[in-house]
Amino acid sequence: MRDATPTRIVGTPALRKEGFGKVTGGARYIDDIVLLGMWHGATVRSSIARGAIKDIRFGAGINWDEFVIVTAKDIPGANCIPLIVDNDQPVLADARVNHPEEPVVLLAHPDKARLHEAVEAVEIDYDPLPAVFTIEESERQQTIVWGEDNVIKRFLVEKGDVDSAWQHAAHIVSGEYRTGAQEQLYIENNGVIAEWSDADGLIIRGSMQCPYYVHKALLRVFDLPAEKVRVIQAETGGAFGGKEDYPSLIAAHAGLLALKAGRPVKIIYDREEDLAATTKRHPSRTRYRTAVDKDGHLLAMDIQVDLDGGAYATVSPTVLSRATIHSAGPYLCENIRVRSHAWATNVPPHGAFRGFGSPQTIFGIERHMDQIAKAVGISPEEVRRRNFLAQGNATATGQLIRDPIDLRGMMDRALKVSDYHAKRARFARENATSSAIKHGMGIASFMHGAGFTGSGERYLNSLVGLEADASGHLTVLVSSTEFGQGTNTMLSQVVAEALGLSCEDVSIAQPDTNRVPNSGPTVASRTTMIVGRLVHDAALALAGILREKNLLSEEFSADEFRAACAAYTAQFGALRSEARYQPPKDIFWDDAKYQGDAYPAFAWAVYVAEVAVDTRTYAAEVVNFYTVQEVGRVMNPVLAAGQIEGGVAQGVGYALYEKVVWKDGRMSNNQMTNYIIPTAADVPNIEVYFEEMPCEHGPYGAKGLGELPHDGPAPAILNAIQDAAGISFTSIPLLPEDIFLRMAEAPEPECLEIVGSAKGPQ
Amino acid sequence: MSAAKIQLSEIRFKVNGVERSATVPPMKRLLDVLREDLALTGVKEGCGEGECGSCSVLLDGVLVNSCLVPALQASGCEVLTVEGLATNGALAHIQRTFLELGGTQCGICTPGMMLAAESLLRKNPHPDLDAIREGLAGNLCRCTGYMRIIDAVKHAIEEPILTADLAPEETVHK
Repeated sequence: MRDATPTRIVGTPALRKEGFGKVTGGARYIDDIVLLGMWHGATVRSSIARGAIKDIRFGAGINWDEFVIVTAKDIPGANCIPLIVDNDQPVLADARVNHPEEPVVLLAHPDKARLHEAVEAVEIDYDPLPAVFTIEESERQQTIVWGEDNVIKRFLVEKGDVDSAWQHAAHIVSGEYRTGAQEQLYIENNGVIAEWSDADGLIIRGSMQCPYYVHKALLRVFDLPAEKVRVIQAETGGAFGGKEDYPSLIAAHAGLLALKAGRPVKIIYDREEDLAATTKRHPSRTRYRTAVDKDGHLLAMDIQVDLDGGAYATVSPTVLSRATIHSAGPYLCENIRVRSHAWATNVPPHGAFRGFGSPQTIFGIERHMDQIAKAVGISPEEVRRRNFLAQGNATATGQLIRDPIDLRGMMDRALKVSDYHAKRARFARENATSSAIKHGMGIASFMHGAGFTGSGERYLNSLVGLEADASGHLTVLVSSTEFGQGTNTMLSQVVAEALGLSCEDVSIAQPDTNRVPNSGPTVASRTTMIVGRLVHDAALALAGILREKNLLSEEFSADEFRAACAAYTAQFGALRSEARYQPPKDIFWDDAKYQGDAYPAFAWAVYVAEVAVDTRTYAAEVVNFYTVQEVGRVMNPVLAAGQIEGGVAQGVGYALYEKVVWKDGRMSNNQMTNYIIPTAADVPNIEVYFEEMPCEHGPYGAKGLGELPHDGPAPAILNAIQDAAGISFTSIPLLPEDIFLRMAEAPEPECLEIVGSAKGPQ
Repeated sequence: MSAAKIQLSEIRFKVNGVERSATVPPMKRLLDVLREDLALTGVKEGCGEGECGSCSVLLDGVLVNSCLVPALQASGCEVLTVEGLATNGALAHIQRTFLELGGTQCGICTPGMMLAAESLLRKNPHPDLDAIREGLAGNLCRCTGYMRIIDAVKHAIEEPILTADLAPEETVHK
């Protein structure tokens, strides 16, 4: 740890860099862009979950000569979107389909209005095959839909000796917890425009998080050299992980149509298509069997994590990895075993969504900690306090916590700012006499690893660039994208701070693979800590170039910097610096044993939910939500708080509103009318408190924070509901009808079903 | 097959203070007329069924989802879109508070959200917290959790913005 360096710009609420365009309507999103001679594309999708394609017929009543039609036969290269697993998701289904809504045929026409009936007129005949739709059906292995055993990926993490710990336990607490699929629901649907020319190759513009993922995918699909594919990110209206891998598929589709049509083709999904066809958060089932001593100290944790991966691997191996590593929570336990599986099912592939596996397992561990507290007879805050990781402790993967860590102080602060004890006492009194509305308080404490897991950052090998013109104006060259989180502003602050300039002196280049180097994907809470640090290093390197030529002294003013840039460019031409990721020397990860330093740094948090449960309507409402988090240095307090508040609102939706209804592997409520997210009238009052403990890995001590706030709300809310209503709910989303069903049952003896139960991993 | 010949109508209306016309199918969505025929792409489509509010505009001062309004219905009306909020390049007060207080993140809901705020403040110049929440409840935002949008509307009630209000709750330095 290093001291917080005094800063001029880092830590201030610098204005959102691209904000002017966003408040004036001038920002150009993909659907706002029209190219000359552009046609529109649409996708014909499978109507069944699994089967062999027998025939594709183009029905009567449509003049098919007006349309460009693309099938798998038109793909010049590999019919595959390679991400982690090779020969994974096809661009277009060929001989068979493996999930509903799988793309089979593409159509393009100059008139967008004509596409709908044409899509309807394409008839696909199938020989249906048996399909599986849930973790349970997949793990039964009666119908094999993936490999030999339906397992897309498995991990085993072992610390200490779990099996010998049970005999010393004062209590053995077991529990099973479930989370549903969740839609990212960015308000801007997915969309891409493709152009093809023999001279330049393929040019893609689109709404996306990861231009170089799209680039890599298209090289194989079109069998082109790197310089013949160019990918440009348009202003992107929200992503949250939902535009991490799927845009590669849409870009391939638009590209195939553009190639065959010989003109630009735009594909914009409407909301129903986007909801039905694109990725969602993995549904999960986690099982905990824990041994604790009489004081509530964790002696052993036997954890089983199961995710529903959907029909193709896509990002499931890495989602499972993060879920696995976060499943033991921010607690010290000498004996831990985590066995985890991502199961194949015949539903559209589940994908990235803020938290990336962690919200699922943190829901499990944080609900479970409350059950341990009940079994031992201590308070929820006390059971956590007694088990918190401290500096020098080792996590489940044996990662030594080297940095200072203040979970106990954060717990104190969270309890104080939420007035936890007074409210809890008052609610207990009032709940005993009030029959209508019951109030409760719930806690979740948790962490989120910043950056790619394990060796991930080494493989990414990120590169950033920085250019200065003769006037001393700087342009940051990164493939890291802005989609609302504040990337542009944060990177401007870093450069301005490092070089003694103001944010107005810094521009961010539009992410365009012809112009910016590959600074890695914009995912995994890595942009501030990893890319921000590289941009900082590039800024220092740029000053170093000027000093080498004796144009700049150690200390310099903004004017001296500008004069140096003018002198350099006049004498030597372009002024440009770079920085490449250097793995920290003291970080070690063993991919085979899944042991070591899983992340360079963790952000830590303690959240408190205050809820009201109406026993007449069975509606649960979050009244207040208090967040205390330690995220290293806060780069921009307005943007950082905005990230926390937005993540909490999504977490509230995850817990209480957002239910994907499945029918034979297809989302049946694929409209905003019946997939409900919180409105301004639904969100609680959200209070945001930061602790700053600068971290050596990020610029000016920053760590990642984007995903953290989605991890804690759901368990905190269900813990609060248990406090209010005396019922332990173990599954989300928790809708009024679910509360009704349990309340209508006879009251249960608390915890009897979980303490000493034989249920759990065997 | 050729599409059935659709009768076109000329729609005349005042958009952002300027007389405009468009010759379009009368049932064409006002959203599409604004975006495609008048190039006012600040009006956004999020759901196409009146749920998300991204396409909100003021039609004769009334907040409407332009995806649910046929062009014919806008004939002879005054339409205000996000492009009409600023005057001569100077941001309207509500635009400034959205920008300065973190009321916009990805920006896709922002035009509609600001028009919802404008509509609310025209009807009720001093709304309390519940009225603000209610007034914005027809417009979905997935990024902000609404806190900073609510702040932006609160601060649009009074001038000037105090920079001290820009920061969130206190931060502890350790």
